[in-house]
Amino acid sequence: MEAMDMIKTAYIRGLLAKGTREDGRAKGDFRSIKISAGILQNAEGSAQVDLGATRVLAGVKLDLGEPMEDTPNEGAVAMSADLLPLASADFEMGPPSPDAIELARVVDRGIRAGRCVNTESLFIEEGKVWNIYVDIYVLNYDGNLFDASEIAAMSALLNTKVPEYENGKVIREKRIKALKVDNMVTSVTCAKIDGGIVFDPTGNEETAAQARLTVATDGQYIRAMQKGLGGSFTQQEVLDVANGAFERHGMLKNAIESSM
Amino acid sequence: MASKANKPELIVNGKRLDGRGFRELRPIKIEAGILKNADGSAYLEWGNNKVLAAVYGPVEAQPKHMADPTKAIIKCRYSMAPFSSLSEHGRSGPNRRAIEISKVTKEVFENVVMLNEFPGSQINIFIEILQSDGGTRAAGITAAAVALASAGLHMKDLVYAVSVGKIGKELVLDLDMIEDNYSDSDMPMAISPRNGGLLLLQMDGEYTKEELAEAIKIAAEAGKTISKVQKDALRSVYEKVEERYNGE
Repeated sequence: MEAMDMIKTAYIRGLLAKGTREDGRAKGDFRSIKISAGILQNAEGSAQVDLGATRVLAGVKLDLGEPMEDTPNEGAVAMSADLLPLASADFEMGPPSPDAIELARVVDRGIRAGRCVNTESLFIEEGKVWNIYVDIYVLNYDGNLFDASEIAAMSALLNTKVPEYENGKVIREKRIKALKVDNMVTSVTCAKIDGGIVFDPTGNEETAAQARLTVATDGQYIRAMQKGLGGSFTQQEVLDVANGAFERHGMLKNAIESSM
Repeated sequence: MASKANKPELIVNGKRLDGRGFRELRPIKIEAGILKNADGSAYLEWGNNKVLAAVYGPVEAQPKHMADPTKAIIKCRYSMAPFSSLSEHGRSGPNRRAIEISKVTKEVFENVVMLNEFPGSQINIFIEILQSDGGTRAAGITAAAVALASAGLHMKDLVYAVSVGKIGKELVLDLDMIEDNYSDSDMPMAISPRNGGLLLLQMDGEYTKEELAEAIKIAAEAGKTISKVQKDALRSVYEKVEERYNGE
């Protein structure tokens, strides 16, 4: 694949030198986004996000569990991500890759730091809480999994219904109560290619990138950041991307809410 | 065949719990070519099952010592999403059951794909169960056959799969989850409609020889419907292309 990567990189660089991108976007433009919430019925919550050709499905399950010792009145949220081999010729079978683990942890950090899930509402009775499992399934890869996954996870949580709990039994067929979600976090990711910054990078652009930056915000605060790959960003570039994240948050929040 | 304790009545007034007759399939929908990166793909809904299948290849066989200089090899991964069932959160990645299903699924397609056309290479088949409601291996094979065809790979036949089970004394087609859990027998089959050949055959429970013969007949009859859905899915991909070509 080395040779393919070099060809892709030369292609993307050549386009940027002419002031364009492979899909004709300006550097600061985002691809169109489509959110399909509630497309699964067995999961307690679900949402599929199409960001250009990137497709991510998030599924939420709630299981009965014991609270952590230091938070006896709260449930917990566990996030995981799978870069499924059907999503790209470059994704392989086997245990989660470092990329998948990074993806899950960055998405989790934004949602956790933003206190999006009301974990106290997951308390059932002494020694019993709901634990939430969010699984991010990457179905087709064309770059910017961070933003697509953040939106998919957020939408799936907002779509989640809590099963009824009666006389010590979970009744999964009966799900009426919506999960209490207090805050909404979205992210914006950019790639640095040849000193220039492009937002919402495609797969080829990520191949050509020297550095990547994700900023997650709830509109009031920055809630999580992650710089990736070998290159670096100037202080001004970091501030520019943060601005971009704030600017885009309102639109993404609306898109998530109107998909419910 | 879970515990027989608390076994619900699966047949009431001559009908199954979801209102189907004994020889009635659940509704099946297939859409071909829906994943952009894959060389071939299919999304299938079979009752409440939701399944994605994708094919990559032929590509160079990896690792190299696995390569066969006379034909392509097939690798297959069947996996259930941790959020696919109505019950608890599942473990991520294939378990022992999934590994067995991956193996028998691979063996189905080794029979029909023209592997000799691609010596030294490898064809990858990925089946992801996004939502499960009984009969997922049959659903996966039926979807994978469409994905292989949409990848443009030459095959001797378009294989389908379905299960025939037994509830009390009745043979019933296409068990759903609750029937699968409490039925007396279950027999998933993958069939080549061209000659009726059985490419996958698994069974547990109790069948007489007569019932076995009858079950195979029932599956073959159901295959007519399943095959039609598969072919329609493939045809509609090219109809869409034709519409675009004609500027409609």
